[in-house]
Amino acid sequence: MKFVPLLISSFITILLIIVFNSRWGSAPPFGEFLSPQHGFWQNAEPVDKDFSQDLQLSGLKDPAEIFLDDRLIPHVFAGNEDDAYFIQGYLHAKFRLWQMEFQTYAAAGRISELIGPKALNFDREKRRLGMVYAAEKTVAEMEKDPVSKAEADSYTAGVNAYISRLKESELPIEYKLIGYKPELWSNLKSALLLKYMSLDLAGFETDFEFTNLRSTLGYATYNKMFPMSQDSLDPIISVDTLTRIPGIRVKAPAGSDSVYLQKIDTINVKAVTKPDKDNGSNNWAVSGIKTKSGSPILCNDPHLGLNLPSLWYEMQVSCPSMNFYGVTLPGSPGVVIGFNDSCAFGLTNAGRDVRDYYEITFKDDSRKEYWYNGQWVPSDFRFEHIKLKDSVEYIDTVAFTIFGPVMYDKSFSGSRKTNNKYYSVRWKGNDAGNELLAFSGLAHARNYMDYKEAIKFLHTPGQNVVFACKNGDIAITAQGEFPAKWKRQGEFVMPGTDSSYMWQGMIPQSENPYIYNPERGFVSSANQYPVNPISSPYYLGIDYPIYRGLIINRYLSQLTEIGIEDMMKLQLDTYNPFAGMARPILLKNIDSSGLSDDELKYYETLKDWDLHYEAEGKGASIFNILWDSLKVIVWNDELGKAGTPILYPYNSTLLEGILRDSAYEFLDNINTPEKETLKQDVTLAFHKAAATCKQLDHDGKLNWGKLKGTRIEHLAKIDPFSRMDIDNDGGEFAINAEKKDHGPSWRMIVQLTKNTEAYGIYAGGQSGNPGSLYYDNFVDNWANGKYYPLWMMEKSEETDKRVKAIIRITKL
Amino acid sequence: MLKYILSIMVTALLAFVAGLYMPWWGIALAAFLVSAAIPQKPAFSFLSGFLGVFLLWEVLAWWIDNKNNGILSQKIATVIPLGGSTVLLIVITSIIGALVAGFGALAGTYMRRLIYPPTLPAETI
Repeated sequence: MKFVPLLISSFITILLIIVFNSRWGSAPPFGEFLSPQHGFWQNAEPVDKDFSQDLQLSGLKDPAEIFLDDRLIPHVFAGNEDDAYFIQGYLHAKFRLWQMEFQTYAAAGRISELIGPKALNFDREKRRLGMVYAAEKTVAEMEKDPVSKAEADSYTAGVNAYISRLKESELPIEYKLIGYKPELWSNLKSALLLKYMSLDLAGFETDFEFTNLRSTLGYATYNKMFPMSQDSLDPIISVDTLTRIPGIRVKAPAGSDSVYLQKIDTINVKAVTKPDKDNGSNNWAVSGIKTKSGSPILCNDPHLGLNLPSLWYEMQVSCPSMNFYGVTLPGSPGVVIGFNDSCAFGLTNAGRDVRDYYEITFKDDSRKEYWYNGQWVPSDFRFEHIKLKDSVEYIDTVAFTIFGPVMYDKSFSGSRKTNNKYYSVRWKGNDAGNELLAFSGLAHARNYMDYKEAIKFLHTPGQNVVFACKNGDIAITAQGEFPAKWKRQGEFVMPGTDSSYMWQGMIPQSENPYIYNPERGFVSSANQYPVNPISSPYYLGIDYPIYRGLIINRYLSQLTEIGIEDMMKLQLDTYNPFAGMARPILLKNIDSSGLSDDELKYYETLKDWDLHYEAEGKGASIFNILWDSLKVIVWNDELGKAGTPILYPYNSTLLEGILRDSAYEFLDNINTPEKETLKQDVTLAFHKAAATCKQLDHDGKLNWGKLKGTRIEHLAKIDPFSRMDIDNDGGEFAINAEKKDHGPSWRMIVQLTKNTEAYGIYAGGQSGNPGSLYYDNFVDNWANGKYYPLWMMEKSEETDKRVKAIIRITKL
Repeated sequence: MLKYILSIMVTALLAFVAGLYMPWWGIALAAFLVSAAIPQKPAFSFLSGFLGVFLLWEVLAWWIDNKNNGILSQKIATVIPLGGSTVLLIVITSIIGALVAGFGALAGTYMRRLIYPPTLPAETI
């Protein structure tokens, strides 16, 4: 009996340990998580932490030094290039490990491993698009080339040097919260990260929506709603620099009019997630003839999803053969947007449609054979093993045809319930490519020729690459490897029973539109058409925004004696050029005689609005609400028949339609016997908009900053780790294209004087740790339109007061 | 009295050392060993184990939080819904550690009594 107290007290102790060591639902194990020596407290970084340390790492060839400045930007000085990438990997891991791995989980369709079956559809979509398949091909391509292999291997070794020394208490807090541990890094993970970017930038399409629309409305109506040209277009390359003898003569297949364009079809699949349609950006370079200093200035602000930790990690990497400064992607070696000692480079998204679908006819449900060119052809299979947290493994069997993976079939219809058809996806992102060589080429580029040579390796995602050099050169190239298409090819689901609807080839790289030192003294891009589509021998698609491009070019042609402040002002400009064109015709057509006092108030505010998206004003909100209301009135009668979700024609189409013709045919509501006029539609839209405004006003949400509600969400949507309610200027049509969760993720200005003068800021902070002062310390300045000077440090400046910590690394 | 203060201090110290080399539940082992080594009445041994780790975790958490300006604790006190109260978070942290250590200490005392049965009358303060 003497044992009883011991047994009971021991039992209670062990029980408590088990209870506090277990996960209950999504809650972390409280004992471990709250232990000051193990749990989240260990992630609470002292605000005055000294990051200096002496490290011994195996895998390094020469000693190296990292100087961390007051913004925690590392300035890496390595003995050779392999070491430089090794240290880049080490630093990415040290400051952003959770993020870079989490993004590769998302890319590889492995989120179910972390949160269970609720992510299964998300994961299957990634697998069925071929993300892992594509990443494997990319690794093979990367490792074929000795330069990119060394780069990727060194980077991977650097990441793993950090991971293998990581103590459990030092794990990033998200691992502790979600309950998993980092795997060792691999070149495949880097490739997955690049595919993640490809999906974001070159994965957008609306083929199923368009197919349904066309089937409901008929091609003739579709053709008017989604025209193949824009009246007010100012393309990236206004003077065509190419002699046009197309390398590929694309031809629509015989009978495509009836078999394809006019086909009546019903699609029952819908994507689970879609990249943001407005993954756009601005970039431009002005030549010395237009600047105060006489040297070129290059500017870039990529508009991407805004998240914490930020997509970007800023750094300088220097070794005897290379010295670059810019933003890098944690998870991938090299620099994406930045500058070196000779030149600067920046990107905007090309936005071409490089993802198409083919309807496949399988012999039976087994999907083993499909009808192709008059015979049954065997399909390939790929088995995707999806681990589910706390459950059994899910094996997704994906059939592959000559077109690509059969993404949608009877077992998978995205977010819809049932689908009985088979669709193979042909996505350019699934082709082999070695984009690392493009980035390392740009990091090394000394002149225009180097730039042209480097960007040849940039296949997918296609980008408008702007360039400026200290020798005075400026250039822009609409770069990428793009399918040569005939008119409307791939806008709808295509027949997959023979080869006639396949892409007929890739546009030869030499035919990518570019311009080099143009007479007007500047080059620019803002995701508009690369060239006027009428003059292009290839079909370029229809989804291109025009207004930012228009206004950038208008400002740049007017400006002379340009200084860095002018460029800052331009990047932060909130003028809404779309409203500038639309407001007069709207105001003219609002019948103000019957307006109530409230309505009159909003009418006056709209009339007096200075056309800028300012957080404090209401004008931008009223205009936006009015325009949205008009869209509903004009389009819903036709589009309502096509089912949800409604895909509206582009804003430019409606605006150009009513500017061109006050009796624009879609103004008529087809559900009423009478024929509505522009005045009726606009007035009705205004009444409805005013009611919405009144409600918002009442709730204190009509100010533009509130209505827009910009937020920077944590990648795993953990709200306390996010920054909500950022009340800042900017809007979709402005150069400062700030939206709810999307906008100028990085703003950079580089003046290529003898001593480079550069400024930049991104929406985040250098540390991925929510417990660090450096987690989001750029956000407020970013929201307020401030810039930081970008310091291209010289090794001799190590005693400079900006250096706050030194990490010295020697080889083990 | 001195013995209990000593016991609390040694528990805190040993629990800290255990925290460096062992998983978080090393605090239970530390409290167990201290109670097994220092003869105490069961109720007081529980209290000394409890207080030893309560104080240790309280001081550690407070120290860390102070150096961190409360950046992370405020966020965590929202993730774990405590209305953003750092004070509450530190108290809960300490109580969880203290409970585990308290029972560990109790077990230590009973273990000791098994090997060295207390001479009657029972040990006094």
